[in-house]
Amino acid sequence: MPKIKINEQEVDVENGLTILQACESIGIEIPRFCYHEKLSIAGNCRMCLVEMEKSPKPIASCAMPVSDGMVIFTNSPMVKKARNGVMEFLLINHPLDCPICDQGGECDLQDQAMSYGRDSNRYIENKRAVNDKDLGPLIKTVMTRCIHCTRCVRFAQDVAGVSELGATGRGEEMEIDTFVEKTISSELSGNIIDLCPVGALTSKPYAFEARSWELQKTETIDIHDALGSNIRVDTRGREVKRVLPRINEDINEEWISDKTRFAFDGLGCKRLDRPWLKKDNKLVEVEWPEAFNAISEKIQSTEPNKIAAIVGDLADCESIFSLKKLFNNIGSPHIDCRQDGSLVDSSVRGSYIFNSEITGIDRADFILLIGSDPRWEAPVLNSRIRKRYLTGMLDIAHLGTLPSRENGLTYPYTNLGSEPNVLDDIASGNHEIIEKIKSAKFPMIIIGNSAVCRSDSLAILHKTREIAEKYNFIREDWNGFNFLNSVASRVGALDLGFVPGDGGYDFNSIITNSANGNLDMVYLLAADEFDVEKLSNSFIIYQGHHGDIGARNADVILPGAAYTEKNATYVNLEGRVQRTSKATFPPNDAREDWTIIRALSAVIKFPIPFDNIVELRQLMEKEYPVFSNIDLFQSQEWKPFGISGSINDTPLELSIRDFYMTNPITRASQTMSLCRSEFIKRINN
Amino acid sequence: MLNDKDRIFTNLYGLKDWNIEGSLSRGDWDNTKSLIELGSEKIIEIVKESGLRGRGGAGFPTGLKWSFMPKESDGRPHYLVVNADEGEPGTCKDRDIMRNDPHKLLEGCLLAGFAMGAHVAYIYIRGEFINEAKKLESAIEAAQQRGFLGKNACGSGWDFDIYVHRGAGAYICGEETALIESLEGKKGQPRLKPPFPANMGLWGCPTTVNNVESIAVVPTILRRGGNWFSSLGRPKNTGTKVFCISGHVNTPCNVEEEMGIPLKELIEKHAGGVRGGWDNLKAIIPGGSSVPMIPKNICETVLMDFDSLSAVKSGLGTAAVIVMDKSTDLISSITRLSKFYMHESCGQCTPCREGTGWMWRVMSRLEKGEGEVDEIDTLLDVASQVEGHTICAHGDASAWPIQGLIRHFRNEVEERLINSNKQGFDAIDNPKRAA
Repeated sequence: MPKIKINEQEVDVENGLTILQACESIGIEIPRFCYHEKLSIAGNCRMCLVEMEKSPKPIASCAMPVSDGMVIFTNSPMVKKARNGVMEFLLINHPLDCPICDQGGECDLQDQAMSYGRDSNRYIENKRAVNDKDLGPLIKTVMTRCIHCTRCVRFAQDVAGVSELGATGRGEEMEIDTFVEKTISSELSGNIIDLCPVGALTSKPYAFEARSWELQKTETIDIHDALGSNIRVDTRGREVKRVLPRINEDINEEWISDKTRFAFDGLGCKRLDRPWLKKDNKLVEVEWPEAFNAISEKIQSTEPNKIAAIVGDLADCESIFSLKKLFNNIGSPHIDCRQDGSLVDSSVRGSYIFNSEITGIDRADFILLIGSDPRWEAPVLNSRIRKRYLTGMLDIAHLGTLPSRENGLTYPYTNLGSEPNVLDDIASGNHEIIEKIKSAKFPMIIIGNSAVCRSDSLAILHKTREIAEKYNFIREDWNGFNFLNSVASRVGALDLGFVPGDGGYDFNSIITNSANGNLDMVYLLAADEFDVEKLSNSFIIYQGHHGDIGARNADVILPGAAYTEKNATYVNLEGRVQRTSKATFPPNDAREDWTIIRALSAVIKFPIPFDNIVELRQLMEKEYPVFSNIDLFQSQEWKPFGISGSINDTPLELSIRDFYMTNPITRASQTMSLCRSEFIKRINN
Repeated sequence: MLNDKDRIFTNLYGLKDWNIEGSLSRGDWDNTKSLIELGSEKIIEIVKESGLRGRGGAGFPTGLKWSFMPKESDGRPHYLVVNADEGEPGTCKDRDIMRNDPHKLLEGCLLAGFAMGAHVAYIYIRGEFINEAKKLESAIEAAQQRGFLGKNACGSGWDFDIYVHRGAGAYICGEETALIESLEGKKGQPRLKPPFPANMGLWGCPTTVNNVESIAVVPTILRRGGNWFSSLGRPKNTGTKVFCISGHVNTPCNVEEEMGIPLKELIEKHAGGVRGGWDNLKAIIPGGSSVPMIPKNICETVLMDFDSLSAVKSGLGTAAVIVMDKSTDLISSITRLSKFYMHESCGQCTPCREGTGWMWRVMSRLEKGEGEVDEIDTLLDVASQVEGHTICAHGDASAWPIQGLIRHFRNEVEERLINSNKQGFDAIDNPKRAA
């Protein structure tokens, strides 16, 4: 470990650290603009200059690795002059329009100008002005404010994997631009707003909406994909104003997808804010008791065996647990949480979670993607694969169908076609990819939803398990079998066993039996992602927060709360239990979902045994111990799953056809629909 | 004064045949095999012994630079890159070497490349040098046909190829790491150091970038010995150097001379003296546009080498002597140079991107006599905020000419401001006063 001296203080630092990191480790803050922990080093802002003994010039601390015996000064006159000089240069061509700048109050340039800026301006020439760029519906540009730190360029290249941003021109004429005047085709593009240290790149939907100091900040969890990204929801009054990432190195590092960031405007549109009841074939607004009574009447006259429940993609664990308890009490086994018709088995936890953990990707040296499109199913996870790819020595193979979009998966891969019977060849060792699999030390399989929503799904799972077991994917120190769930509720619902009981109908049977008139009543808990009209023979109770497909066909609508409006539990694709916090209140008469089910259970005389969320969670943890470990990854025992059978050659389908429209919130979001017309139509054309 | 027998570039003026036949008659490619057989360590030792310092401007000892290359390859290829992007205003020595003596450069590439374990050399030539690039290419072809280059070059058993790569006219691509970026096909922007090119250069491989002249003198040094070269010039500033004399002299020229020749002698002997006589001299920029100018009284005695010139706060640079007589508007000249540095800044790092434009704007006002006397201090302060704070030396190069001007001719700048202000300078046109 090199020993260095910083401001007369001796420090032992780890090898390979930069001087900037060494300074931070002892609490000395170094100002910077271009440097960012998660990006490659550019060293171009020159704000982090420090003095090094025996060096006539100050050095860029962000780029200089420590070596033994270095003597560093961060507070010498040379350093002060350098930083003040750089700050002055940055400000001479900066418009200083802070009062009308959305970055105001959280601007690095503003903050650092307080410490290093001059009190007056010596620059009396005209300032530079730069034309704004069109970066699409998400990112607003005021390029005159740009300080050319190139964080956005490096993010687009390294993390997002789209080489679409760059610097054109030289010297003062240098501008950040998309090379061919087009928007950035990345699902992670919103992160450059956070990265931009000034107000050059700001959020378009958030433009002039609020000042940062007016916002109430709530730390919570995202539910637009199964990753469970850690987010911060900023609200003013009852309105969500923006969503920002929180740092969680194990899950999302500090990135979030554009859907996570921008779909929140859907929370204010098409909301179900009071109960509705179908009277004379027409939905009318009613009070809670009336809605409950209507359900009660219907239930009294219906055999338990003719009632089913389907849990949708955004449901939280508390409400799923309550609904399961309710259906236990009613005595119906027809419950299912797999509204995409997936055949994943809930009895073996290792078969439906991401066993390697997301951080396992950092170690992997071979990844086999089966029926999964990580770029759209979990964009942040995809960027992690790319990050791993950039460090070298990683082979990736893909089996399945991908949408025809620019930059593919953002990393190169071997295409194994789209027919899953290739798995037979791999299992028997008759495939060219086998050498790469065999030579890998940390091989990984990532299997996605489209591989398990088919008739031969169980055979595919079985074969995949066979491959995993045969080729060293499963060891004492490594579990390389990963299921990539794409929806937030699924792992939690499977953990809670929200699958058909003995003799119960699964999702597909519920549909057919409803059509055949064998089901009189279906309870939809936020289930919207299938053709609900197929259930029109049954009495439909829809509980959820958006007037989407499910509500449109319902007989009773019970208005619930969205993810920002409740303290709820979600389990992410790794099986990590996380909790959301209430950032705002459900609108009008809408209530938190589990309380609706609890209240209903009393009205229909099948009461469930808890009266508050503490009791609910205690019971849930008692019955399902995985829920007692919050925020932790819990590794699973490896057990057999799947059923041996033949795999047919029907190609694996796309699992997500439109990244921007995957749940009721996104479908209600104006921003998402703008994104759709900008990006998805471009793909389809 | 250099004896004719000690001249390296015997066809500097193109009076003789530049082709391979002519070059052979002048001794190029003469038993090159025996030089290679010295072995790479011996070659580097001789070059170190000769005291050769890089001829591109910075004057870093060439032998030492070569010794930074890994002795054994770790699997990555080694590269030699020749910097022929001669863009420094006032400089035109490499051009003449490539035009009239290209085989000296090619033979030097082979020897230097061999010494550093490189099988490939790239000559990055300034795009404007169209004829020179053509001549180089045909010289390479001729050398290949005679077996001097290519597989088993000169029968030495060492394979060596040379490629000519044309630049697109950016001054900054003469900076070694920007040159490497440009050679890789990227935007020419200097890289952060460390890592230095000797560890991570072209395509991440060990690379040495040398100036044309540094490489072209190597064969002669190896033939005549390091001692011969170091016997010329002064200690630590040895050998011969091609000087480019331009400006207000009677016969502007390129001339090869001994290092450490007095500046006055250089001009009087080779350039026909200053226009209108030595007493008509005002100032000289002794080493290309980047170095600070020196006034006449210093020019009287200063010697033309690295250490003597840096002792008078200037530099030898590329040894491009720009002579300015008393008719010169020095402020205007430096303003023009400031504009050049603003235009050629790559824009990557803050002080240079913002500072060069600022300095040019202030200079162009001072040129017209607009502004206040205290702005001179502001200008100097801005120059010092740019100098030494940038990734590459472009920031320094943009500050030095201004610092040189103010250091020696501050009175002239002040006079102009005071006079024009006296003449009823309109306050409305003066932004500072208006403010």
